[in-house]
Amino acid sequence: MRALISLSALTLLLAACGSQPPAPEQNPAGVESRTPSGVKVETPQVKEVKPDAAFDPNSIAALKDPRSPLSKRSVYFDYDSYVVKDEFQGLLGAHGKLLAANPKLKMLIQGNADERGSREYNLALGQKRADAVRKALTLLGAREDQLEAVSLGEEKPACSDSTEDCWARNRRGDMLYSGEF
Amino acid sequence: MKFNALLVAAGLAVAPLLANAQLTVEITGAGANRLPVAIAEFTGERIVAQALTSVVRADLERSGLFRLVDAGAPLADNVSPPFEDLKTRGVDAVAGGSVSTAGEGRYETRIRLTDVPKQAALGTPAYLHTGAQLRATAHRISDYVYEKLTGEPGVFSTRIAYVVKSTGRYELKIADADGSNDQAALASREPIISPAWSPDGAKLAYVSFEAKKPVVYVHDLASGRRHVAANFKGSNSAPAWSPDGKRLAVVLTKDGSSQLYVVNVDGSGVTRIASSAGIDTEPRWSADGQYIYFTSDRGGSPQIYRIAASGGNAERISFEGSYNVTPRPSPDGKSLAFITRNGGRFQLALMDLATKQVQILTDSTKDESPSFAPNGRMILYATEIGGRGVLAAVSADGRVKQKLSVQAADVREPAWGPLVR
Repeated sequence: MRALISLSALTLLLAACGSQPPAPEQNPAGVESRTPSGVKVETPQVKEVKPDAAFDPNSIAALKDPRSPLSKRSVYFDYDSYVVKDEFQGLLGAHGKLLAANPKLKMLIQGNADERGSREYNLALGQKRADAVRKALTLLGAREDQLEAVSLGEEKPACSDSTEDCWARNRRGDMLYSGEF
Repeated sequence: MKFNALLVAAGLAVAPLLANAQLTVEITGAGANRLPVAIAEFTGERIVAQALTSVVRADLERSGLFRLVDAGAPLADNVSPPFEDLKTRGVDAVAGGSVSTAGEGRYETRIRLTDVPKQAALGTPAYLHTGAQLRATAHRISDYVYEKLTGEPGVFSTRIAYVVKSTGRYELKIADADGSNDQAALASREPIISPAWSPDGAKLAYVSFEAKKPVVYVHDLASGRRHVAANFKGSNSAPAWSPDGKRLAVVLTKDGSSQLYVVNVDGSGVTRIASSAGIDTEPRWSADGQYIYFTSDRGGSPQIYRIAASGGNAERISFEGSYNVTPRPSPDGKSLAFITRNGGRFQLALMDLATKQVQILTDSTKDESPSFAPNGRMILYATEIGGRGVLAAVSADGRVKQKLSVQAADVREPAWGPLVR
């Protein structure tokens, strides 16, 4: 089950993670990769969001509320394409508003590609996808300094079969908030 | 936050754990006209625990240019070879030699290489070495024989780098060109890609994802120390060394999409060298330093271009097909290895840069990351066999073929190191 997080706990994390990701030489240990579906935030103050709690679309708690579009973090792309499809505009709008309402909140956007072709070209393709998500979010209210768009290329597939379904799941941009990366 | 242990070691600390992970080389195709040679057992060779001449024979056999013929009997370096017998066996060249103790745990190995039809000595080199340097000595003998008989330098003493991926673990490995003596330069739970050798063979540049994003490092192999060469906002990737070893071409996204920059090896002096609205990546200097080849989708599909290293307009190099990537200019600058999509299959191709003629060298479907041997004879690349990542090598004429694999792991991202003199 997905871990849930309270506003106060996330505020603490925001304070801890308020700067750019540290340079690796200052912090040579890699953090374990977490895809959005498996996000776990270790904090002593995790609280369940009560199902009957008032629903506020701009609250950080909504990130973990399955009723909120904010609980969805992935944008999927067509083969060899980095155009954000219309079906994801609503999702990006919700995240853009959340970022605008919470200026201390930071987001790492990780672009991904399917396995076919050159690793470095796929890294560039993943970057284009992450950039497309970043640009859409800035148009929808987020500030540039809240966002970093990076690419994982074909290196972190969500699915490892050589099938069209699997490739489609790997052509995506993931939105991770402070404390999740 | 929880941190993984990241292991950076100078090899030996890690290697014993990985003894069963050695790369094995299998010959899957040979040249059309192989020169018949005999490497006789050297006299005194049995004083060393490991047979010297078996390594030499395996080296020459693997090159695909020689047919190894049994010499019949041991042969010293200071006696005349049995020419009549060797002619009967169809031998064109024979090497004999001797191994003797030279004090302080060292050995002296002397060889004589002889042209059998002409009954003329081609050379009599000598090597002073320890028991631990036996394989290295054998590779030097192979290099000597190869160069004397083909006129081009041998690459048996060179090293290769590659990445081994096992469950949840990535290792950047260095091994001899025959797959032996493998050592891990870096182990990480996050991906490692695009290793590139410095021209002096002392350092590797590579991309590691340990910081949750791609960052370019330069790693000194002797000390195991490394530094960040490029870590800007966004992604940092595709390092390529300038021929003088002082600069790196890298791909950064700090100013938008993936674009080409040059930095000093210490990461200073960032200069943009090309500009496009789309993707520019996979830079690679020509051996003479004149051009930088790269992949770009500026024309609508990924194709290969080059720019003068001093700047200027990009010139399109690849035209056939809709996906041509990963350009690797040959050491002599006359040809270009790259990956082309050919009816849905990704295959290694070679272009004659003067005529622009393209030859597809493989019949596989997922070729990636070609890397020329420093003498230009073979091209090492990554491919997939039975769903598993393996390395393969093919000669520039497409005839000689090898497969290099590791048991129960994926091997990928090969980079052939420079000649060491």
